[in-house]
Amino acid sequence: MKTLNLTVNGQAVSAAVEPRTHLADFLREHEGLTGTHLGCEHGVCGACTVEIDGAPARSCIQFAVRCEGATVRTIEGFEDDAVMRQLRAAFSAEHALQCGYCTPGMLVTARDIVMRLPHLTGAHDEARIRVELAGNLCRCTGYQGIVRAIQRVLRQRAGIDAA
Amino acid sequence: MKAAAFEYARPADARGACALLAAGDGMAKPIAGGQSLGPMLNLRLAQPGQLVDLAGVAGLAGARDLGSAVFIGAGVTHAAIEDGRVPDPTHGLLPRVASRIAYRAVRNRGTVGGSLAHADPAADWVNLMRLLDATFIIEGPAGSREVASGDFMQAAFTTALGESDVLTGVRIAKFSPTARFGYFKFCRKVGEFAEAIGAVAIDPARGVRRALVGATAGAPHLVAHTDAVLAGDTAAIEAEVRAAGCDEPYEFQLHVVALGRAIAEAMA
Repeated sequence: MKTLNLTVNGQAVSAAVEPRTHLADFLREHEGLTGTHLGCEHGVCGACTVEIDGAPARSCIQFAVRCEGATVRTIEGFEDDAVMRQLRAAFSAEHALQCGYCTPGMLVTARDIVMRLPHLTGAHDEARIRVELAGNLCRCTGYQGIVRAIQRVLRQRAGIDAA
Repeated sequence: MKAAAFEYARPADARGACALLAAGDGMAKPIAGGQSLGPMLNLRLAQPGQLVDLAGVAGLAGARDLGSAVFIGAGVTHAAIEDGRVPDPTHGLLPRVASRIAYRAVRNRGTVGGSLAHADPAADWVNLMRLLDATFIIEGPAGSREVASGDFMQAAFTTALGESDVLTGVRIAKFSPTARFGYFKFCRKVGEFAEAIGAVAIDPARGVRRALVGATAGAPHLVAHTDAVLAGDTAAIEAEVRAAGCDEPYEFQLHVVALGRAIAEAMA
């Protein structure tokens, strides 16, 4: 076992972990943060996407022991985030989820798109949004609603559409 | 699946990493971003006794402008290159290629050095570094050494790195502003490993004319008859693709087209 110190959703956390425990299992089993979902568990489906030090990452292929000193934010940590609030409303309005399994990872990726690529507000930017979303798999929606929800928030934040 | 049990160490410098790898007697494995090794561990394709984490090794994550060349540390992430946070010796090619590696969540963690050391033939950096004739800088138990681009990757997943070696970075000579590039890769889905790569670099100011057939069964194939290939000679292109070992009809066709498109882009 190794001692691990990190920040999770703003709280300092100290725990003893086995080196083989990946971050997603650590968050779910040790911290009770079950909003982080595990799909493929080898870095392909994107369901487990969380923020590590402010950037999206796959928590299933990052070992918890490697997160010493890191700042991790899971879907639970975005409750009061203004952008995530807009995204939640847009996902609901656009029917961007059905079973909800991919949604936590989808939202973390969606927020990164909105923050990093705020200029993708035009109709012709849909293709780029789809490329950026390609690392998150959804088996329910066919992505239409998810893409529209992200476009909605991009346009709201650019002041093109009313919030 | 979950990874099999392993020990974990986080050395503070390359020398310490080399010592730990040497002490591991072949069962210790370095990990950088972990975006290739992580899945392999979870799938238990790799079951090392110990992981030597390079994330704490000083100096790996930086890049430096050396005047006529750029040094890119092995720990620089694909996202840092995509975002232009490191000097670019290629006037745009490096960020463009970086932006199409896997997905942003992977690019945020995955490193140039990790990808090169892993040496998947279908990955971008092993092919691009060969095209750009990068020099590989390796730290080993006997000290630092440099390896030429043609000597680094020897076969699929096989490089000049010994069991106790750490790749510390690559040095890429700067291309002139008038250099022209072509880079085309076939992926069935955005972010997947390439099924075929074609790449071209032409820099008259530096006397560089190179073309490459990549995503083969082994190390990338540097085109031998450059003039004929760059002139678009179909027979010459097909001969190079066969020389690269891509003779199965589907694979052959993909590689011929990928190289053709890379040539067209560089010549446009």
